[in-house]
Amino acid sequence: MKVLSLNFLTCAVKACKSSSSSYPLHPQDAELVQDEIELNPDMLINVLPRLDWAALRTTSSELGFPPLPEQAPTQEELQADEKLVRDLHHLLLETQISEGKLVCANCGHSYAVKEGIANFLLPSHLV
Amino acid sequence: MLPTPDTSHVPYERVYEPAEDSFLLLDTLSSSSETQFLHDTFSSPKPTIPFVVELGTGSGVVLAFITAHAKTLFGTSQILTAGVDMNAFACRATITTVAKAQADAAAESNSNSSETTHGLYLGSVMGDLAAPLRSHSVDVLVFNPPYVPTSEMPSRPETFREDFSPKTTFDDDSYLLALSYAGGADGMETTDRLIDGLPEILSPRGCAYVLLCAQNKPELVKERIRAWGGGWRAETVGSSGKTAGWEKLQIVRIWRDTAP
Repeated sequence: MKVLSLNFLTCAVKACKSSSSSYPLHPQDAELVQDEIELNPDMLINVLPRLDWAALRTTSSELGFPPLPEQAPTQEELQADEKLVRDLHHLLLETQISEGKLVCANCGHSYAVKEGIANFLLPSHLV
Repeated sequence: MLPTPDTSHVPYERVYEPAEDSFLLLDTLSSSSETQFLHDTFSSPKPTIPFVVELGTGSGVVLAFITAHAKTLFGTSQILTAGVDMNAFACRATITTVAKAQADAAAESNSNSSETTHGLYLGSVMGDLAAPLRSHSVDVLVFNPPYVPTSEMPSRPETFREDFSPKTTFDDDSYLLALSYAGGADGMETTDRLIDGLPEILSPRGCAYVLLCAQNKPELVKERIRAWGGGWRAETVGSSGKTAGWEKLQIVRIWRDTAP
């Protein structure tokens, strides 16, 4: 699963949906793999408005990547910043989580990731 | 005709095999009226990139088709796609199906031009419908549900397997296959849960393509959605297999008319 997918995922427990601490999920013991993907700056610039930047900064630092700027760049700023385009391309699109856990900070539930597939099915006592 | 993704690697003893319903979804999504709708909604004038999610991907044939043919379907290759399925084997099969279809699409377009024509697949997760997804994040949702009326639903195990050990029993496999078709009362128990959640799942410009069969009472389903008010609409946009005047299968598009 690409790191970008963490920007769209949240805890599957219904009661957590209204809590801001259930997002983003926190990767633990994550094993990362890198794909080589052709850089498409235009695509990244258009993905930017879809991103929750604060959540992405959290994910990025928890995965051990160099810190991202505190404020999200505008599309124009990103266009002019070749290094940031490359960094985001590498983090969001080329990096995949292959093994590990995703943990909800609200309920503490931990979702296992195996072979790049996270398991969001809850045990029946949590449904 | 756009090529159908290759699913020859899929273990059909535990993952739903592409069938008439899957192919109706492919035909409908690539029909001129639906590509027109998707172009109008998502390709101009450069709005944010659509997030396309298929629930219950099974083999991944539909999600791979959407990802590989993004440029034709949406008028832009800039779409993000993801899949959800309860079945770990289906998730794993989908990853391969999408990768193959993307490679085929890339080889095809390279012979014509250097432009990318396929979308960006983020991955597949195991989950119950849209439970793992952030609210109001999905722009296009595709669902080929377990729609066959059955006297009971497959009972839920305490935990789901997340490993891929080859040692599964016949019971495990038949449970996984039952999940893919058994719909309970009117074949609607799972579809009803999904439809009720749509206002929470879809983005303001979002739409859903849901497959229904005649026994699901599609006219009542559509009326129920329209009765939500707030501009919600539901129309049949594809159908197949007429029997005695009844459409055996149909695709219903559910969306919201937003004020201009």
